[in-house]
Amino acid sequence: MNDSVLKTLTVSFLVCLFCSLVVSYAAVSLRDMQNLNKLNDQRIKILKTAAIYNPDESIESQFTRLTPKFVDFSTGDLLDEYGEYDLDTYDPVYFSKQPEHSTPIPASKDIAIVKNQENIGKIYLLKDSYSNLEKIILPIRGYGLWGTLFGYIAIDKDLNTIKGLEFYAHKETPGLGAEVDNPKWKALWDGKSIYKNGEVEIEVIKGKVDPANQMASYQVDGLSGATLTSRGVTNMLVYWFGESGYKETLKNINYDS
Amino acid sequence: MTVKQYKEILAKPLLEENPITLQILGICSALAVTSNLSVTLVMCVALTSVVSFSNLFISIIRNYIPSSVRIIVQMTIIASLVIVVDELLKAYDYETSKKLSVFVGLIITNCIVMGRAEAFAMKEKPFVSFLDGLGNGLGYSIILIAVAVVRELFGAGTLMGYEILPLVSNGGWYPANNLLLLPPSSFILIGLMIWGIRAYKTDQIEPNEYKLSGHATAPDLSKRELNV
Repeated sequence: MNDSVLKTLTVSFLVCLFCSLVVSYAAVSLRDMQNLNKLNDQRIKILKTAAIYNPDESIESQFTRLTPKFVDFSTGDLLDEYGEYDLDTYDPVYFSKQPEHSTPIPASKDIAIVKNQENIGKIYLLKDSYSNLEKIILPIRGYGLWGTLFGYIAIDKDLNTIKGLEFYAHKETPGLGAEVDNPKWKALWDGKSIYKNGEVEIEVIKGKVDPANQMASYQVDGLSGATLTSRGVTNMLVYWFGESGYKETLKNINYDS
Repeated sequence: MTVKQYKEILAKPLLEENPITLQILGICSALAVTSNLSVTLVMCVALTSVVSFSNLFISIIRNYIPSSVRIIVQMTIIASLVIVVDELLKAYDYETSKKLSVFVGLIITNCIVMGRAEAFAMKEKPFVSFLDGLGNGLGYSIILIAVAVVRELFGAGTLMGYEILPLVSNGGWYPANNLLLLPPSSFILIGLMIWGIRAYKTDQIEPNEYKLSGHATAPDLSKRELNV
């Protein structure tokens, strides 16, 4: 009598109960390891952006070469402390979603569709063995075609030359917009300049950069078939290197050094 | 059952009744995850373990499953196993799990898993069901690995990420075949395999469902009468 209503309900209930127990046990017991993997994945991206990643060394020890700093976006100051938050575990993207720690960006200024910007960001400084500043690694994000691209950009100690760009999360089309992950394209960014006379001029153009053009050092080849993603990358750079982003901070770093 | 029968259940799906080349099941993932051998291997282990254990568990409770909800019960068990496999991958092999992305989750809808549960595990004892799942998983794996070896070797010049054929773009001599890195190339490769297997095992050839008619002869205009 397998087909009676009572039997059907009992079997379904027991199967569901047992399966949910197994699934939740697996999810809970493996969560710490998964979070560590995610954290390491992001750290690897940061190290790669800084071009100091060595797969044979432990991520933990390589990461100590980078000095994290809080950034106050309203003043551009670099801070070592912010409330009770720990500099190592502070996640700016998480805090951008907390109303008491973030500011909505007015639509007229929100060219990269960031929507809410955290009040306090976090950047990394790479110093050489004499503790002179070598590179600065800044988190950036902005909307592409299907969703927000999250990444890091490294700039040189002259505060104007790009040294590396990596995206750690995006939803762009594989083969088209997802070519932002293509090492060949990422290599094009090395040595490009950001500011010209105080204005952000860096741009992903349509087609190939003409080396004879006097703006060539401010231009990067567009991704073919991915105009909106390319435009998104430009917008995000213009936003994060502009007044609401790291412009003031970079000025402050300049005075310090 | 005798040991010989066990062996047969395990060995038959490898070539003779291969789920991909004879039953043409599980093609979706065979297309999607075979551009890189190491990713393929992880996918094969994932699918083989899911299909073996889903067969085992479904067979254990087969006499208690009401036939009106049997598909849902099978799906629940398969889905739970897939989630567990996915969680394990995220914990122990994060890089590969990122590359496999949705395809681990899509094992739930893999026809091989459902097919074996419905066609075999609902009728047979647990141990043979497990063997049947294992055999089918391995049969799937053999084809996937073969496709992946060809695609990675001739598409990217590497195997498991190690350089075998130095590419022209890296200063070597081998011009990479980019078509092989695109999913449609697996269609061609699997098609060639099916052709090869059927040429060897002629009993796999299905009878034609239709007959080609001969060419119609063109009308002879010289003999046509004028209707004036």
